[in-house]
Formats: sequence, structure tokens, C-alpha cells
Amino acid sequence: MNSTLLRPVATLVSGVLFGFGLSLSGMLDPARVRAFLDITGNWNPSLAFVLGGAVFVSALGVLVTRRLKRPLFDEAFHLPDNQVIDRRLIVGSAIFGVGWGLVGLCPGPALASLSLGLPATMVFVAAMVAGMLVHDRLVGRKVPGQTSAGTGAGTRLSQPR
Amino acid sequence: MSEYGNALAGGLLIGLSAAILMVANGRVAGISGIAGRLLQGMQVSSGALFVLGLVSGPLLYRLIFAAWPSVTVTASWPLLVAGGLLVGFGSRMGSGCTSGHGVVGLARLSRRSIAAVATFMGAAIVTVFLAGFFA
Repeated sequence: MNSTLLRPVATLVSGVLFGFGLSLSGMLDPARVRAFLDITGNWNPSLAFVLGGAVFVSALGVLVTRRLKRPLFDEAFHLPDNQVIDRRLIVGSAIFGVGWGLVGLCPGPALASLSLGLPATMVFVAAMVAGMLVHDRLVGRKVPGQTSAGTGAGTRLSQPR
Repeated sequence: MSEYGNALAGGLLIGLSAAILMVANGRVAGISGIAGRLLQGMQVSSGALFVLGLVSGPLLYRLIFAAWPSVTVTASWPLLVAGGLLVGFGSRMGSGCTSGHGVVGLARLSRRSIAAVATFMGAAIVTVFLAGFFA
């Protein structure tokens, strides 16, 4: 079996697991998410177990990558190694947090819940896409080589930390 | 299973998803990054495949449990639009969201991701607190 064939399979499997995990965990439900964020009110802490469980298994994956010279199905790792905490990171994260708190949806659950066909989540996703385009077309243009937890540009191509 | 059991099991699966993408393809499972690149026409085929899988997740849940996962949206339409714009813009400006910074970044002990998660959790908690006065 060659890598060019297995790479998309891994991508698809990863996507399905992510969407199924979100569905099982309760993260798809904005009311649950907002109850998790409502620490001074009627707090529902259950979603802390989602992040805890996810970071735990993800960290096992990180340990595996550190023993590998390259990923199983690709030539090199594409993981960010930027360590600089700048204003973009903090201001952007704060803006994201306000939107997340207002509605209770972040990008993963918003996209996954499209399959339920609810008008409200569709409106949210349309606005989210518009927000991304506005940023990347207008603001992001000044920083072409931006690195990120999610972006591929300017990432390290060797052994991860 | 209980609410907490489901939350933990779902979390473990989300972590497995991120671990697979990292170990197999050397990539970060960051949804805002994947979606943003897709919109810019970068890494289109892998991005589209991942999003296709992501959207299929709730369908698989429906097949297994014979019910849809619960989704209760209380926000009004103007609020949905405002929240969506902020989430899209902010996650791109901050180079990641709950998945990239939260699930993967924290697992990698990235300084940037730890700062990002503290910031967006704090901002979201304050927002929910303040929104309580208008509800």
C-alpha cells in the first residue's frame, strides 16, 4: 500500500472520528456549551471531560510523533513551531471567545452540525465563513507567512518538538 | 451512558482523530485552519475530505443510536450572524480555535496555544456572564 493512497484515507477517517466524537460528547449542542461556560450561573462542567479526554489521547499521539522521523504517510511533519505570543494571537483569540460565548458554537461543531440541516446553524456557518474571508482577504494579507495551530504555511518540515 | 461518560468517550475519540492526523499525515487537526485554507484554495482535496468526514460524523451517530445528537440553538438570528462573524474572523486572526489550539496545541504544550486557550476561554466565560444580564 502506498502513502499517496493511504494519506486521504487517514484524513477521511480522522474527519469522521472528529465529527462522531463531537456528536457523542455533547459539543454539538450550543446550549450545553454555554452552560459549560456559565461558571457563575447554572454551571454544567461535563464538557471539561471532552477537552480533557481529547488532549490526553492527542498527547499520546504527540509522544508517538516524537519517536518518528516522519509521519507514516507523508514525507515530513507539517506542525507549527512558532513560539511567539503576539497581539494578533491574543486579540484574535479574544474575538473568537466572544463569538463562541454569544452563540455556543465553534468551527468544528458548527460545520459538523450542518448535516442536521438546521437553519440556525447554517446561518451561523455562513457568517463564520464570511468572517474568515474578511480576515484572510483584508487583514491576513499583510502577514503572508503566518503560522498557526491550524495553518500549513510557514510550518516546520522536520521532526516536531 | 451518562452525560459525563459520553463527554469523556467523545473527547477520547476527538483526541484519537487528532492523533491519527498527526501520526499518519503529520498535520494538525485544526478546524479553523483547515476551513480557512480550503476557502483560500489551499490544500483543497485534503481539506474537503476532512470536512466531508466531519459532516458525516453526526450521520454515523444517527445510524448507531437511531437519534440525532441534540442541538439547541437559543441565539436570535442577528446574534447568530454576529457570533459567526466573530468566530470566523477571530479564529483566523488568532490562528486557531478549540481544536487546533485546544486539542492539539495543548497536547504539544505549545506556549502560543496555552495563551490562546486561556484567552478564548476567559473571553467566552465573561461573554456568557454578561449576556446573562440581557437574557
